[in-house]
Amino acid sequence: MLFESLSAVLIKNSIITSFVFVGVVVWLSYLISEKFTRGRVHGSAIAIALGLVIAYVGGVMTGGSKGIADVPVLAGVGILGGAMFRDFAIVATAFGADLDAIKRAGFIGAFSIVVGVILSFVVGACVAVAFGYTDPVSVTTIGAGAGTYIVGPVTGTALGATSDVIALSVAAGLIKSVMVMVGTSIAAPVIGLDNPRSAMIYGGLMGTTSGVAAGLAATDPKLVPYGAMTATFYTGVGCLLAPSVLFLIVRAVLN
Amino acid sequence: MVIYGVALLAFSMLLGTYLGDLIGVMIGVQANVGGVGIAMLVLLILSNLSHRKFHFSSPTESGINFWNAMYIPIVVAMAAKQNIIAAASSGWLAVAAGGLAVIASFALIPVFSRIGGDSENENVDR
Repeated sequence: MLFESLSAVLIKNSIITSFVFVGVVVWLSYLISEKFTRGRVHGSAIAIALGLVIAYVGGVMTGGSKGIADVPVLAGVGILGGAMFRDFAIVATAFGADLDAIKRAGFIGAFSIVVGVILSFVVGACVAVAFGYTDPVSVTTIGAGAGTYIVGPVTGTALGATSDVIALSVAAGLIKSVMVMVGTSIAAPVIGLDNPRSAMIYGGLMGTTSGVAAGLAATDPKLVPYGAMTATFYTGVGCLLAPSVLFLIVRAVLN
Repeated sequence: MVIYGVALLAFSMLLGTYLGDLIGVMIGVQANVGGVGIAMLVLLILSNLSHRKFHFSSPTESGINFWNAMYIPIVVAMAAKQNIIAAASSGWLAVAAGGLAVIASFALIPVFSRIGGDSENENVDR
């Protein structure tokens, strides 16, 4: 009875429950960062990695597709971590960003979006061909999926790809986003990701908003607005180029 | 008032998302084009305007800064609701396509950072 009323309270107040849950996760992460890495690995990087582990556990427990948010008591995590709050917080990071830095890197930032879309597409399309796909629709859809997990299905639907190919394109985008989340803080010193300019280029080249959002948070939260600014244009540019120009090029090359 | 800051932030996001949707419809793609990016610019411009004409009171600022500070916890929640199982069990094609795309993109960052790095002023978009 005690347990039942507790879970009833937690489910009824799902977002409030998620505040406590995420608070504990973040607290644990900063504790781990301090005690076991002496602050060398940033607490937020550990928190995001821990979040991914929790998502895995949730997936195993429930067999659902929304990580830990499929556990009824923790459904609020899905709302707090959903696109609405994510975008709201990203917009808030712009407050206090340097408008001049954005203007200065505006051209190279915009350029990086187009190059980023094409680069990921070409890599994804080549992998599709290497795995034996030869029809232009499937190759284009998988290439688009290497952009983001939204560009893939939008392109696949527009071109009439089969559902297993569309699922593959979503998976490719998902892999990309998780790799960006985990890999950014590791790669940052090597690739010189430490100023607004390179952050805007990074956002434009990577394109996955969730990956960029988490990757920069783990690297240097001050860079978040610059990377997020360009990344949010990527999916739109991808949805524009992949089913049109890029598809025509793929078809011309394969035939 | 704290709510002024929160309302300003919310207004910026709604306006940006709306404009992003409109651009998407205009160029005929089924996606929001840069909605959040536009929203960020709206907020930047609004806050820079007001610095010249009048100061944000500190409660107003704290209404925005609270959500700024909630960014990492929200990203942690976002990580915790990812479909990791699907990503992990998607097979080598998806891993290769997504993974190689990330590596190639990372490799280009230093190249791009160097382009025009010394002649930054030429890139000012006026």
